[in-house]
Amino acid sequence: MPEAPAPPPIPEPSRGGERDRWRHESWAGPAGWRGHGHRGRRHHRLRGPIRRSRQTRVVAGVCGGVAEATGIDVTLVRIGFVLLSLGSGVGILVYALAWLLLPLEGESTTILSRAASDRRGIRLVLAVVPVLVLVQVVAGALHLGYLGSFSWPVFLAAAGAILIRRNASEAERVWINDDLLPMLHTDVDRRGRWALTIRISVGVALGLGGLLVLILGHPTGAALRPIAGSLLVVGAIVVVFGPWWLSLARDLIAERQARALAEERAQMAAHVHDSVLQTLALIQRSADDPQHVVRLARAQERELRSWLFDGRLPGTIGDEAATLTGGLDVLQRQVEADHGITVNVVVVGECQLSEGVRALIDAAREATVNAAKWSGAPQVSIYAEVESDTVAIYVRDRGRGFDPGAVPDDRQGIARSIRARMDRFGGSVAIRSAPGDGAEVGLSLPLDRSVR
Amino acid sequence: MSDGGRPRIFLVDDHAMFRAGVRAELGTAVDVVGEADEADAAVELINERLPDVVLLDVHLPGGGGQAVLRGVLPHHPEVRFLALSVSDAPEDVIAVIRAGARGYVTKTISGVELMAAVQRVAAGDAVFSPRLAGFVLDAFAGSRTLGSATGDPELDQLSPREREVLRLIARGYTYKEVAKDLGISAKTVESHVSSVLRKLQLSTRHELTRWATDRRLV
Repeated sequence: MPEAPAPPPIPEPSRGGERDRWRHESWAGPAGWRGHGHRGRRHHRLRGPIRRSRQTRVVAGVCGGVAEATGIDVTLVRIGFVLLSLGSGVGILVYALAWLLLPLEGESTTILSRAASDRRGIRLVLAVVPVLVLVQVVAGALHLGYLGSFSWPVFLAAAGAILIRRNASEAERVWINDDLLPMLHTDVDRRGRWALTIRISVGVALGLGGLLVLILGHPTGAALRPIAGSLLVVGAIVVVFGPWWLSLARDLIAERQARALAEERAQMAAHVHDSVLQTLALIQRSADDPQHVVRLARAQERELRSWLFDGRLPGTIGDEAATLTGGLDVLQRQVEADHGITVNVVVVGECQLSEGVRALIDAAREATVNAAKWSGAPQVSIYAEVESDTVAIYVRDRGRGFDPGAVPDDRQGIARSIRARMDRFGGSVAIRSAPGDGAEVGLSLPLDRSVR
Repeated sequence: MSDGGRPRIFLVDDHAMFRAGVRAELGTAVDVVGEADEADAAVELINERLPDVVLLDVHLPGGGGQAVLRGVLPHHPEVRFLALSVSDAPEDVIAVIRAGARGYVTKTISGVELMAAVQRVAAGDAVFSPRLAGFVLDAFAGSRTLGSATGDPELDQLSPREREVLRLIARGYTYKEVAKDLGISAKTVESHVSSVLRKLQLSTRHELTRWATDRRLV
């Protein structure tokens, strides 16, 4: 290759940002519906054209995209690609083509369409052509047919790599630079340089040895030849890439642990808010009624104990209900008993309580309790509707209302309990309120058909 | 409606306390022309005094609210009935609506809302509580029920617009708010609700007839 493509300047968006599961549209905003209204609900389950997946990816998200579009398990798709690649190398070619031809999830143009207008990239590719021609000529002259046919895929791969690297979107480029290039461990510090040199030399020696054994071989021990050659090549790959694989696995485990920890903390915060903080707020509001305070404190103590020692989460629908209607019944009874307001429940349709539906009801309870505490309205209306692909719950009060834009983002009640609960199960939240005009919280959850 | 827009009201309820409460709440905005605490007396008095609107308790000694409806409507279809009930059970609500009531509200309704409901019924419109709207959505859910006798497809399903209107009513919206949300006039909302009421009364969908049959009304 005569000239290495200059790496384009890379802005510094955080790497994790693209995969951030906790990102949601900010709470603040103009009054009126936000998020998915019930009108836009239908596109959740729609399987559109194949797009490369952002979340499920090892290299470029092709397998993940295929899996999402067809519904086949992603592991099966990956195994298929690997088998195709091992057999004849056609899998790699298909994968590279898919990388070029399929747009990344959330983008409208493909890398190829962008590459078509990338003059410099095309010139770079053309610059590699003489090398290919030279190799072909030499191979022809020396009667090395293997080298001749081998150089084609290498050329195509190099051309593809140049075009992909130059025309990938920002996010993907960040990822290529951060995750793919370190595979070669070229930027290790001084101390590691020796190790790197030795590693690569040994790897190259082993690999060349393996290839030589495979191609030339000795007339003797013909049966052992392929095995020995393959072993040497595999050994070479392990020596060169091994340390990178190890570090990748370590990173992956660390990332997974960090995510689990963050999720656990968020759940914990939501539950503490639902139970302990709610009760403390109630106690403050009824400070002039000692009996009520004692009753509240006792109830909270019982609940907290059962959570700490029996593992039953407070503020959630327990085993006393098995259906949406049953769960809303429990909600209605509890909120009416705890807050002395009337809760009107209207349910259309019915579904079983899956984990997601439980979270939906918990979020609705949070919204109801919020309305009971802050709206000043004597009654709250809950409307739940089960459709073929979604469950929606609307919590409405005719109280004093508020300006959704003026609620700080970090207000626990709304930000954590409601939104985080819904986010965990792919649901959405929309709030409509204006001062003096009551409030309505709309919660929507895509329904998994298998749990109906 | 006589007397300068003050609707003439007749109260039918077996609880004297409740009748007194309604009287007090509606106050001078209406003209209460009579009361009754059981079905037979109610039929006789209503046929005699011909009020604009009858506030009818669903559960009543002597045959329930349906007995009153059956005793009055064949002779005086111009008398309008608004059903009141503490019960939210669908069989009660659907039964009185199918027997001819023009609306249904729960007894927990506020005085202002009750007044609005009375005026709406007096003007010939229908009054749906969120609860009733929910029932209707439930009953008309899905495709047409097989085996319905009359086979008038028009009556056996709701139009998408009617569905939208009912959904908002079930969420606790007033007619005015429904109109604003859907970008239509309040009159249009009323005509949608009236059309739903007609379907509710005339449709032979299994979900509707079942409740009536259970009570041996058909």
